Amino acid sequence: MERSLIELSHISKSFDGTMVLDDLELSVRENSFVTLLGPSGCGKTTTLRIIGGFEKPDAGRVVFDGMDITGLPPNKRQVNTVFQKYALFSHMNVEENIAFGLKIKNKPKAYIADKIKYSLKLVNLDGFEKRGVASLSGGQQQRVAIARAIVNEPRVLLLDEPLGALDLKLRQDMQYELIRLKNELGITFIYVTHDQEEALTMSDTIVVMNQGYIQQMGSPEQIYNEPENAFVADFIGESNILDACMVRDELVKIFGVNFPCVDVGFAPNCPVDAVIRPEDIVLVEPENGQITGTCTHLIFKGVHYEMEVTGENGFEWLVHSTTFCPVGEKVGIRVDPFNIQIMNKPASVDEEAVGVEE
Amino acid sequence: MGKKLLAGPYLLWMVAFTVIPLALIVYYGFTGVGGGFTLANVAAIARPEHSKALVLSLALSMVSTVCCLVLAYPLAMVLRGRGIGKGSFIVFIFILPMWMNFLLRTMAWQTLLEKNGVINAFLGFFGLPKLQIMNTPAAIVLGMVYNFLPFMVLPIYNVLAKIDDDTINAAADLGANFFQTLLRVWFPLSLPGVISGITMVFVPSLTTFVISNLLGGSKILLIGNVIEQEFTKSGNWHMGSGLSMVLMVFIMASMLLLAKYDRGGEGTTF
Repeated sequence: MERSLIELSHISKSFDGTMVLDDLELSVRENSFVTLLGPSGCGKTTTLRIIGGFEKPDAGRVVFDGMDITGLPPNKRQVNTVFQKYALFSHMNVEENIAFGLKIKNKPKAYIADKIKYSLKLVNLDGFEKRGVASLSGGQQQRVAIARAIVNEPRVLLLDEPLGALDLKLRQDMQYELIRLKNELGITFIYVTHDQEEALTMSDTIVVMNQGYIQQMGSPEQIYNEPENAFVADFIGESNILDACMVRDELVKIFGVNFPCVDVGFAPNCPVDAVIRPEDIVLVEPENGQITGTCTHLIFKGVHYEMEVTGENGFEWLVHSTTFCPVGEKVGIRVDPFNIQIMNKPASVDEEAVGVEE
Repeated sequence: MGKKLLAGPYLLWMVAFTVIPLALIVYYGFTGVGGGFTLANVAAIARPEHSKALVLSLALSMVSTVCCLVLAYPLAMVLRGRGIGKGSFIVFIFILPMWMNFLLRTMAWQTLLEKNGVINAFLGFFGLPKLQIMNTPAAIVLGMVYNFLPFMVLPIYNVLAKIDDDTINAAADLGANFFQTLLRVWFPLSLPGVISGITMVFVPSLTTFVISNLLGGSKILLIGNVIEQEFTKSGNWHMGSGLSMVLMVFIMASMLLLAKYDRGGEGTTF
């Protein structure tokens, strides 16, 4: 286990009386790729800006490499930021933009020239030195913003939804580029996004946030396969969240039917939320199903069919399957025990899966 | 065709009130009282009393432009920092005097600055030495700065307000302190506003005769006063036109100089 480089403790922040972050605790390991993920207004950008020094927390401490930097202005911090709208200096060309930080630090000319060349190569923009930033496309501007940040050799690179303005194809390319960049530079990335796919693709650690609270923190696999609450389950990918009741260990009652599962440690008859991913539902002949229903909706998605199967109690199951089932047909549903994820019911309103938007 | 028709009234306006008057000035400027072509009116700028007035005008308008810039820039920064809602009230307070008559405002300064005026009465009450700036160049500069300061503040404020917060954050993020950010980001990005501010203060300062009349007394003549007197007192329209053409050349030269700086600001300031 590597030591933690950034430590946020008891961070609270409110704007005009609205609580944005409430007693936030976060620790970021050196050399990790951490993604803060959540819907707009969940406090992820504020968290990033507190680390960057652009916002002061109302309460709490920011510790960087063992040193309290809570009151340190941004220009004294060993972090660099890639801003959401690039924030390039429009009165300078590409080269001058990249050189900005190095010139401020009075680095020798030859060193700066080397660094510009190296960083432009790293972001695949060789030969763009003299171009004006206004003449670049969004993707190119983003690359310049990244180059401008990394020439300063920060310990941590903060990225605030850097791919938000790019089109889908470019966004996917840039995701791989960022992973490559991170590996080549060997520094810590803290990445903010509301795009769960982006988070799953790139991160070592995902921090799911909602309404100023951390909902869950873990590896992409943990977050996806073992969501701790309904919000996380709903926000990360699509899912069926079902009212259920634990019968005993490894047995859960959903809509009056007992499903074997793998979760233990819940009190008998304890009401819980059961999460089943749409791709984990197996469609079978009605007589072989644990539950039966009628297919009410069918869309071909390429990789699979997206279907809605309405159960006898009226619940609409979201199903992703390569098995074709025409609308109106009766069908059986089976779920393997390890594909059922049992969660406690939300203890507070804050954990409720509300305001999910993408 | 339809579009050309729409432009008609404006063309007519331009011809009637811009082209023809300008042509008349050129005509008067290059002709003598008798009617023949002459360069004497233009060359008259070389006369000591005229060139002295021109040099003084240039000097005073430069001083007042610099004063305006020095006062306006920090103010514009403060206004921007307040955000739109809170800033606009201050802008309002600031613009309020502009809605009052220009002459009235300048005459108010006369009352304030007079030998037995309000300020001196106030100073005298506390036993302080009297202020003797009425009818000096200093009073004229004061009048110019007071009257034209809003014309410097507003264009600068407009440009500053458009600069994205994150651009400034980016400079800090890259290690720049406040002064480095001011010099390398704020100022170059606000240059277009500064240029138009300079234009809007320098040109009226250079051509004014009202401020110098009211606050400079009869002893200090600016080129604006000289031209005015040629028209109103001496009745020599030819001389007045010739001199105002010379003044126009100076204004155009300064505009060209500024335009060059503006273009230079597009990326070479670093």
